[in-house]
Amino acid sequence: MREVAERMNVPRTLYTDFPVGLSLGKPRDKKFQYEVLQAAFDLLEEPEGPVIRKFPVSISSTGSEPLVCSLPPRMNTELHPAVDEAQGLKAAYDRAYQKNKRTSVGMKISAEQVPEALQRFVRIVEGEHWDEVGFPDKSMYGTVHDIRTYYEELACELAEGPIAPWATEEWFYDGTEAGQIILKARRVMRENNVDQSIWFGLAPAGRE
Amino acid sequence: MSVFGKDKAAMQKFAASVPVPEFGECSFNEPKPLNLAKVAIVTTAALYREGGDGFELGDSDFHYETLPGHARDLTLGHHSVNFDRGGFAADINVVYPIDRLQELSENAIIGEVAENHYAFAGNQSPTVSEIRLDSGPLCANEMLKESVDVVLLTGT
Repeated sequence: MREVAERMNVPRTLYTDFPVGLSLGKPRDKKFQYEVLQAAFDLLEEPEGPVIRKFPVSISSTGSEPLVCSLPPRMNTELHPAVDEAQGLKAAYDRAYQKNKRTSVGMKISAEQVPEALQRFVRIVEGEHWDEVGFPDKSMYGTVHDIRTYYEELACELAEGPIAPWATEEWFYDGTEAGQIILKARRVMRENNVDQSIWFGLAPAGRE
Repeated sequence: MSVFGKDKAAMQKFAASVPVPEFGECSFNEPKPLNLAKVAIVTTAALYREGGDGFELGDSDFHYETLPGHARDLTLGHHSVNFDRGGFAADINVVYPIDRLQELSENAIIGEVAENHYAFAGNQSPTVSEIRLDSGPLCANEMLKESVDVVLLTGT
């Protein structure tokens, strides 16, 4: 962030007008990443500082093409669609994990526990109180972190084309049953005057 | 209402208001030529190796994780909902450009990639005193012991 670098007198700063989370700008784009690194390393030639140089290309957080990512058909109609969907996507998650040998799921739950965790949000939407559906103290935030991460990691495996800024977040909350049930549960808790600290962080600030 | 992390004006307002220590002097030096330099990455993305303890929520975890240059089993410990995690999910290099550095080294653009790299959590106390007085100097010493010449700082 340029404002922070200016105030802290950082010796050499490449100011990149990219969305937060994308330090090198574009995932899976080696050429662009090299350009950013070269611009950063060029600052080493500066004879005196502090110096802040703006990278000439900006990337917007909005307006990108939506993620093209197919969802599985219903497998078990006795399950809630969100639970069924999460189960149906497990193979894609496993493929992503096998390919990348890494995952950021695990803050509170494992990938295997994602469908069960979604069932708890279904119960909140259906009227049960949030602290009676099986969320240990202060675990809801981390649980949603893991559900969203599960979906975002498998989306990168299934998606066709580049991963645009915020595309996986928008796909998750707007396009999946899981994202929708979490947003509904969040609204239910807010309308029932549940303490904001419980539900606010279940989606980015400003999402309804 | 716009989504906070996507709202450029809101993010700039936040950056301008976030408390940071302000230094009167700039610690500036001239490194050796890049094609002779050993380069390390220090990221504030709170990366840690899978199975590790990771980072705590809140602003009191000032420790750093050591990331061997060969490690790719990395977990993103920056847990905020208000940023785009999809980029990291697709490609760790968008946050932690370790593969790009290896390639630049193979092509003799940079001298050498450090054996170890380091990750802090970006969410810190307003004065950043703990990192300035404790874990920051410790991390810097580790890099000096490894004769690192250039540090590439990246955030999330």
